[in-house]
Amino acid sequence: MDFNFWDPFTWIGEWLLNLLVGWGLAETIALTLLRFAGAVVLALVLLLIGGVLFTWLDRKLSARIQDRLGPNRVGPFGLFQGIADTLKLLTKEDIIPAGADKIVFNLAPLLVTMSVVGIWAVVPFAPTLIGTDLNVGLLYIISVGSIGTLGIMMAGWASNNKFALLGAFRTVAQMVAYEVPMVVVLLVPTMFTGSMSVHAIVEGQSSLWYVALAPVAALIFLTTSIAELGRAPFDLLEAESELVAGFNTEYTGIKWGMFFASEFLHGLTISALTAAIFLGGWQGPGAEARPLLGFVYFMIKTMVVYFGVTLLRFSMPRVRIDQLLDLNWKFLTPLALAAVCVTAVAEKLALATNWSRLGVHIIANVGLLILTLGALWVRARMVRRRFETEQMRLAARSESAAD
Amino acid sequence: MTIAQIVFLVISATTLVASILVVTSRKMVHAALWLVLSLGGVAVLFVLLQASFLAVVQVVIYIGAIAILIIFAVMLTRRMMYDTGSPINRYWWAGALAAVLLFAGLVVMLGQIPSITTQASALPIPEGELLSLLGTALVDVNGYMLPFEVASVLLLAALIGSLVVARPMERKTEEGDKR
Amino acid sequence: MHDQWTFIAFFLPVGFLAAAVAIIAGRLLGPRKPNPIKQSTYECGIETVGEAWVQFRIQYYIFALIFVIFDVEAVFLFPWAVAYNKLQLYMVLEGVLFILILAVGLFYAWRKGALEWS
Repeated sequence: MDFNFWDPFTWIGEWLLNLLVGWGLAETIALTLLRFAGAVVLALVLLLIGGVLFTWLDRKLSARIQDRLGPNRVGPFGLFQGIADTLKLLTKEDIIPAGADKIVFNLAPLLVTMSVVGIWAVVPFAPTLIGTDLNVGLLYIISVGSIGTLGIMMAGWASNNKFALLGAFRTVAQMVAYEVPMVVVLLVPTMFTGSMSVHAIVEGQSSLWYVALAPVAALIFLTTSIAELGRAPFDLLEAESELVAGFNTEYTGIKWGMFFASEFLHGLTISALTAAIFLGGWQGPGAEARPLLGFVYFMIKTMVVYFGVTLLRFSMPRVRIDQLLDLNWKFLTPLALAAVCVTAVAEKLALATNWSRLGVHIIANVGLLILTLGALWVRARMVRRRFETEQMRLAARSESAAD
Repeated sequence: MTIAQIVFLVISATTLVASILVVTSRKMVHAALWLVLSLGGVAVLFVLLQASFLAVVQVVIYIGAIAILIIFAVMLTRRMMYDTGSPINRYWWAGALAAVLLFAGLVVMLGQIPSITTQASALPIPEGELLSLLGTALVDVNGYMLPFEVASVLLLAALIGSLVVARPMERKTEEGDKR
Repeated sequence: MHDQWTFIAFFLPVGFLAAAVAIIAGRLLGPRKPNPIKQSTYECGIETVGEAWVQFRIQYYIFALIFVIFDVEAVFLFPWAVAYNKLQLYMVLEGVLFILILAVGLFYAWRKGALEWS
């Protein structure tokens, strides 16, 4: 097949396949071998990018937001900072605390890293570039994420350290709590597409992005993803002043580096997922005929979301653990359930044309938002009234005590 | 032997060994982790049977929710850190004998059904449509609509029941604090 | 259909092994001088008091329980959502009924104070 500039992915795949078949391998074996090679390449690229490039990007971004320079000595613009840090971590001593369960202790960072890297198998980079088009892609993402939760639990328990265990409990409680609205809200793009496959969801956004049809769902997904990741403003568990370092207190060297790098990679992962599921992934003018352009669109959208998430991280105060859990169970979960109900009914009531759907959904979502704000306002008024009566009672009591 | 059969044998062996280790581990947390491995093995078996939805549901619910619940429950007891001694009692041979007899009986019975073969048979409907067929059947009045709604009532009952069971401990501490 | 999963069958172990290689490299490259002080558990720099057992609050267990219920509910709803485009309005309303029944459960938990952290 002649080289098509706009579709290098298919061209490379076919060229490699022809090469392997030319060497005498049967086609199925050649395909399997190619898949294996693709898996290795993807995993290594992700780990290197997550560990090396993204820590640099995050530090530079955070520095500029905080009006300072960030890493600028190691390499041009400090680009090699990540490599320097990784080398430093590799040469640190690997201390295993006394009484720790060695196998579980060593297994935990591996599971957490595998869970984050595994999500990328179903992310559609371009119309012809995807790891695998699982037809249960969305639930696969959730399932692989929950293996990470288990890994964190193992890390906290195996450290034989009170603070690590407590940190692990809190982390797992937070992650598990925020998974509920996330899973519920993922029903909305499934309804629009009629499939759980991420590739199909991106393809289904050729006329309208789902963020326009279901803005409430998109916001809930982004918020719960950030909270599940443990990023600010939900990063109570890694705050330097709290609980030492949480579940990874006893981890040294590259094992700690794995937790750290997997967290940054997870940040990029949720940006990519939001871009794919709600912002149309690789969709854009001319993307279907030109996959390379689609890849560029996807990268741009991912980076926009990532910048937004990082900006959020450095501009909002930290949320307390009880506020965090209240926010989830008393606000996000009912809102997610309501959003699914409203979207389900609205989509059936709308006509099939784009403008009708857009109009009905916007009205439905705005109505939902108004109801939510109204409920919040009523509740705030109740709380304020209760607070004022409490104040009056205390004032009356202190007056009578002063007499 | 096809690749699928080899993978099946390896995964089944892993699952069985892990499940034996669940009941013979000395530390309860280890037992919980072996349980996770055996549940993962079952998920892979679902994949081999071309039931991708059930495989991911197995991981999401069993490993992501129930295993975490079990680990929390194990940690509610103080004894998790200690070696509680071997959990096997004196009559383990009776239990093992019963299990082996049951297994032999099942194999003989299943071997007599002609439609059970040594290779997974192809699904009558392509898998992509299977899920939407399931969805339609779940809400179809002539299908499984009633079990679907009853399932939600069952889940509600489970939620309320578990809260009722778990809360009396809270109330006692609340009364103690108020005093 | 199996070839949807072969990529993942390769990808997950590769991710696992890549991380393992990094950790083994760290083990080889780093110094190894264990001494009891380094290996003692960390408690803000002071000696540890008591065993590594924490007051496990029942709240964690209740949250995990509520999570299980809602997870199962969401999983039940996925086939309904996948078949959404083929459903009629009354079928959609049945799914909404399913959600509402469980929302009642959530509000019960809220009113009974099971969702409080303290």
